[in-house]
Amino acid sequence: MEEVDVEPTITNIPAISDGKHMGFAWGPGDILVYETRYKASGASGSGCSFIHEIRKDEDIYSPILRKLFNESHHIFVGLQTIREDLPSKSKKPQFVSISKNYRSVIRACMEELQQVAGNTFENMLLLVSILLAIELIWNLCEVLFIDAAPAGSLLLHLLDWVRLHKADVDEKAREVLQSESPAEHRDYWDVVVSYVLQGRLEEVRQMLVKQANLQPAARSMYKQMDTLLSKMPFYNPGGTQTLTEFDVKWRHWHEEVDRCLQDNSFASNRHLELICKILLGDEDTLLDHKELLGTWYHFLVTRLLFCHPTVKLTELHYYAQVYHILTSFSILESLLPIFTKPCVCVCVCVFSFGSNLREFLLLEYASGLFTHHSLWQLAVDYFDHCPEFGRVYLELQIERVPLETERKALKVLRVCEQRQMSEQVRSICKIMAMRALRNNRLGSALSWSIRAKDAAFATLISERFLQDYCAKGTFSDLDLIDNLGPAMLLSDRLTFLGKYREFHKLYGEKRFREAAKLLLSLMTAKIAPQSFWMTLLTDALPLLEQKEVIFTADQTYELMFCLEELTSSLNITASSTDRPMQEEDVEVTKVELLRLALARNLAQAIVKEGTVEI
Amino acid sequence: MFVARSIAADHKDLIHDVSYDFHGRRMATCSSDQSVKVWDKSENGEWHCTASWKTHSGSVWRVTWAHPEFGQVLASCSFDRTAAVWEEIVGESNDKQRGLSHWIKRTTLVDSRTSVTDVKFAPKHMGLMLTTCSADGVVRIYEAPDVMNLSQWSLQHEISCKLSCSCISWNPSSSRAHPPMFAVGSDDSNVTYGGKVQIYEYNENTRKYAKAETLMTVTDAVHDIAFAPNLGRSFHVLAIATKDVRIFKLVPMRKESTSTGPTKFEVQIVAQFDNHNSQVWRVSWNITSTLLASSGDDGCVRLWKANYMDNWKCTGILKGDGSPLTGSSGQPSAMSTVLGSSVQSSQNALNGMSAGSQKSQHLTS
Repeated sequence: MEEVDVEPTITNIPAISDGKHMGFAWGPGDILVYETRYKASGASGSGCSFIHEIRKDEDIYSPILRKLFNESHHIFVGLQTIREDLPSKSKKPQFVSISKNYRSVIRACMEELQQVAGNTFENMLLLVSILLAIELIWNLCEVLFIDAAPAGSLLLHLLDWVRLHKADVDEKAREVLQSESPAEHRDYWDVVVSYVLQGRLEEVRQMLVKQANLQPAARSMYKQMDTLLSKMPFYNPGGTQTLTEFDVKWRHWHEEVDRCLQDNSFASNRHLELICKILLGDEDTLLDHKELLGTWYHFLVTRLLFCHPTVKLTELHYYAQVYHILTSFSILESLLPIFTKPCVCVCVCVFSFGSNLREFLLLEYASGLFTHHSLWQLAVDYFDHCPEFGRVYLELQIERVPLETERKALKVLRVCEQRQMSEQVRSICKIMAMRALRNNRLGSALSWSIRAKDAAFATLISERFLQDYCAKGTFSDLDLIDNLGPAMLLSDRLTFLGKYREFHKLYGEKRFREAAKLLLSLMTAKIAPQSFWMTLLTDALPLLEQKEVIFTADQTYELMFCLEELTSSLNITASSTDRPMQEEDVEVTKVELLRLALARNLAQAIVKEGTVEI
Repeated sequence: MFVARSIAADHKDLIHDVSYDFHGRRMATCSSDQSVKVWDKSENGEWHCTASWKTHSGSVWRVTWAHPEFGQVLASCSFDRTAAVWEEIVGESNDKQRGLSHWIKRTTLVDSRTSVTDVKFAPKHMGLMLTTCSADGVVRIYEAPDVMNLSQWSLQHEISCKLSCSCISWNPSSSRAHPPMFAVGSDDSNVTYGGKVQIYEYNENTRKYAKAETLMTVTDAVHDIAFAPNLGRSFHVLAIATKDVRIFKLVPMRKESTSTGPTKFEVQIVAQFDNHNSQVWRVSWNITSTLLASSGDDGCVRLWKANYMDNWKCTGILKGDGSPLTGSSGQPSAMSTVLGSSVQSSQNALNGMSAGSQKSQHLTS
């Protein structure tokens, strides 16, 4: 199972002199190169070099190929859902139909490519030739491994395969037939022989009639050939004849042809004699016409047609080897480099061939798709069906999808969340949160942190919100804060932010008693950071100064306690800090005001609670 | 492969390093002209230089991006014996319109006595940690405990490797199965002793890095070193640029439950290539560790790939040919196809195809 050694392709880079060092950097889907000089010590050189972006040859950005990727992806996903537990007998027709489906998708792509004119002609030809090769190999694999026809039918399928891919003979035939005198056209005999090699004996007979008409003297010889050709048995899988019966009949015919040759029946016409030899499957004759055959597989099929039409699948390997052809496995192997081009649908390997190779190729194909700004979504499904490395490849690559917009980030997140890729979810949310924060979009940053379940970051952003409030007196992003719900519990600071906003709402709705209760609990339950207590107490002032008594006596005592706690801790720090006189004055005044208001409230509350309504 | 685009780098001296950011939409270049430039890729794929500023008082050897979870942060290192950390500041709106951004220096790390040869951020799961290595043989690991305040960095570890260091690489794996680990390469040219690559591992108990392995078979100067992305494997893969390209496999051996020392490794050489015929200066893995690129004295960049049976070989060569840069953007060159078919036979195939199109009915049977 040796891999064919392919020489590495050499790409020339302009503007980098031969012999200068080349630096490089890997990017998504490309590699950057630039001229540099690596030396142990500092080197100086000329400036203003170029940085070149190098890409692989595939044109995954072509809209035609895009269709191919999308359609083949669709088929792939459908294939994966075929139930495992069905017996292989009923799976086989489904597989055959899927295989045909894939091939028609490839052919449609090829036809479209041909229709597209343009200056990327060379590149397009390359693509078409690759797709042709894929379809050819695929067709063969379908015949050999998916359809896996029994003896008799196998050869017919192989014959079909050859005919399909050697269609240029029809073009030539058309040319010949449209000429003035077809039988005298210089390509006439080439066409006839080609038809024989493909087993298209009807067409041979039709062509020969024309020649026969030109040579009335040789009419009997042509008649004899015509009879031979018409009598060649072809196996009919749907018919009543058994394989053995067919074999017997075929041998009789073969012997008859051989007799004609030995009798020198066609000795005077070298063309007819040649045809006779081909009908006998004579190896030398076939080799003489290798130009018309073109490929080793055509040679093989023709030889089998005229020597051993009842060939079995298992015997095919032997025959292939005999003709120095690589084993069926190595057919794939030798063409492996094609499969590694991202524009190739590797789904042949979807069907079988050992999970290692299949997964290897699928991973490669999907990785190639990942660099595309929207095709990456197709790649995800392919990774899902690679049991060994699919997940880790996906994890590595999905992190790198650029998150240009929130919408795209959400798309990527959905993919990760569906697959419980929690680390990737966290990371993507963190990146978005950081980006929002840098751009001062606090609301966005907060919602991303919540999604990332990043408590530390949520705390940080909540602090910013609160600082903003202190500075401006209003909240931004009210919608977000109002609808936090259980997410509020992510971090203490976030909880405080949510509850503080709730306080403001209650106040705004004039539900003063509830607002008061909440405000107090923020301090007593230690939800509020002490740094914020002064603000909270200041917020309590309007409640204290209402005509109606809102805070109960008990609540007032608690408020007073909070105030004392706050002022005593501030006093400790006040002496050590250098605060301007004005600021201290303001603080002192505030405290005085609060004490007064609290005292008054307490008095009123005691009176109210002590009063008995008659 | 083909040249898709050429960007005029506009540095006044040699470029020493080019680094893509995590998402591949920005890149940083640094040069002997002592400056760093940041480039942004627009939607149509064009690169625009959005910042260019003097960073050091000597040649800038390397520039590297922090993970975007930490914001837009760059680190650079230089011949001037310092490394620096830079953060992008979101500027005024008119700056944005002009497509400019500002980078400010957050800190300068001045502990090294000699040229700082490499600077790398540790894997993000370790927090915001920066590692430098110097010609004086010392590896330093710094940490910024508060991600929102990048001016505070503390030197957490100072590791003396005894040999002049040229490169470091962290094992990117975040698996709990093994502790944090990095490799250091030395460009000391005395070949009489080996061990030009050292592997250090973090020890949870001592809270220090200890040497776990020395690759004694590497006796020549090492210019670059790169751990491959881990892919959930139990072993580690390390590529080394020395007088050839070498790929090592480090297989952790089972630890005794009583052992408190660093992990023992079984070191196997997976591949060795001397195609560059000379010194190899850089090695680097692509994201999925399926391709390794190397750059050598022969002025070529070579791409190495393993097939599904894990056999490595060269799949591509990028070679400067000194030809002038043409005006047109790159067209893919007509490379010889692996089918061996020339363009002519593709033409024939095309003809054959069109003649056979009526055969497509066959497929619906």
